Amino acid sequence: MSSAIELDGVRQVFHVRDRQGRRQQFVALEGLDLSIRAGELFVLVGPSGCGKSTVLDLISGLNRPAAGSIRVGDRVVDQPGLDRGFVFQQYTLLPWRTAQGNVEFALEAAGGLSRRERRERARQYLDLVGLDEFADRYPHELSGGMKQRVAIARSLSYEPEVLLMDEPYGALDAQTRERLQRELLAIWRRTGTTIVFITHDIDEAVFLGQRVGVMSSRPGRIKAVVDIDLDRDHPDQDVRSTPEFARHRHQVWSLLRSDLETVDDPARAEAEEVGRVA
Amino acid sequence: MPDLLLERTAARPNPRQEEAAEVTAAPRLGTGLASLARGLTGIVLLAAIWEIAPRVGLVNDYFVPPLSQVAQAWWDLARSGELLRHLEASVVRSATGFGLALALAIPLGAAVAWYRPVREVLTPPLELFRNTAALALLPVFVLILGIGETSKIAIVTYACFFPVLLNTISGVGNVDPQLLRSARVLGLSPVATFRKVVFPAALPTIFTGIRIAGAAAVLVLIAAEMIGATAGLGYFINYAQNNFLIAPMYAAILTTSALGLAVNYGLVALERRLSRWRA
Repeated sequence: MSSAIELDGVRQVFHVRDRQGRRQQFVALEGLDLSIRAGELFVLVGPSGCGKSTVLDLISGLNRPAAGSIRVGDRVVDQPGLDRGFVFQQYTLLPWRTAQGNVEFALEAAGGLSRRERRERARQYLDLVGLDEFADRYPHELSGGMKQRVAIARSLSYEPEVLLMDEPYGALDAQTRERLQRELLAIWRRTGTTIVFITHDIDEAVFLGQRVGVMSSRPGRIKAVVDIDLDRDHPDQDVRSTPEFARHRHQVWSLLRSDLETVDDPARAEAEEVGRVA
Repeated sequence: MPDLLLERTAARPNPRQEEAAEVTAAPRLGTGLASLARGLTGIVLLAAIWEIAPRVGLVNDYFVPPLSQVAQAWWDLARSGELLRHLEASVVRSATGFGLALALAIPLGAAVAWYRPVREVLTPPLELFRNTAALALLPVFVLILGIGETSKIAIVTYACFFPVLLNTISGVGNVDPQLLRSARVLGLSPVATFRKVVFPAALPTIFTGIRIAGAAAVLVLIAAEMIGATAGLGYFINYAQNNFLIAPMYAAILTTSALGLAVNYGLVALERRLSRWRA
């Protein structure tokens, strides 16, 4: 099962205080339109602080937008739900439960399964992420990469239609990250779930994404959506060294770069600052 | 170089190496034995001083009898059943007061941490009570509740209440927001979130309060029993002193120390059982 996601004219505003202690409004997102197809692996990149995570919080239903609408499948999002799974950068495993217990935790929340069914389902998803042997380990006994795989197993276990991933590999070392990226592609092909993946790593975006959305910052909106056309089906081939990969990478890089330059320009940055707090 | 610095900076495998080899660093061989021997030395030395100092006339042996005489007195008290009677009275009171305090403080602390209006209304009065010494209120408790069991249980409850309450508030209030976010994403109800996420996460902090309360329960009770009671270790210590039963007095004092130790180690063991998931 998978669902399309539709964001329409989304605006998000936070209450903040500046250095002088004056209360202000911080416009995080403004007029953001985005449609993600059902079953797609969509990657969102953007400079840090551009509002990538804010978009994900809105799709998850953790927060409500100040204006605009968000739809997942045929429902309007107004609260969190089990049709959407969320993988956080900081793993967020319960430290007092084993890997198995952490997956079961999600299934307990979902309800409708007996204790035995939960145990079997948890096993099945730990198996999917290659951790069946580590089911009885506590989080502190697992490496960062393993913890993140448990978190992914937990989010997939209740079979959501959409999987939201907020820089899930940001805290991992390069080799582990590459392995998990390949695993994610395999899991995505097998489950067919719609995945929205946030990163600030251009290589990761191009490697994973069927399409890559590039965000501009302050206020955040979608600047461009790049179609990535890569043949990732040959396991022996180093996709990252192909000319197509380099071309896509450069394309995304240039889009991000032009956004950075406007911020580097002091006069324009200041103008933006004024616009932001207005 | 201080040992602490040496130990904490000693050569050891880093976490990645430990993980790759599936091992954990061990202290050097023999350190455990040496520290056990030193720990015994301290206690044996103390006992020896207590035994010898009165005998050679360093202290008046009428006011501080040698340890062997105290031990003899303790044995006599234990055999006659008198010690058990007082110990039982004290244990029942402190356990009741302690249990009551937990039953009141944990739910209240959770409510204070979870609901802003509860917090805002209750914080000022709680601060006021917290800074009032339990024993200063003993006369009030006696006036209102009489000199029977109730007033002594009440004062123990009062003394145990605040450490547990304050640690529950801080434990529940400081649960990792990321865990709360993941609970919300899963659509967990507030009750289920509390039961499955917040309470287990807060438990180590709550337990710190419970341990402080355990020590306070014994401490405050002994003092209360000295003021008004007809049984209990505190009463007996006071009674023995008034009647110049000096060796039995020390025997009773040692019994309170043993009780305090037992409570503390019992709670530490329980805490360890409940937090086996930690490194």
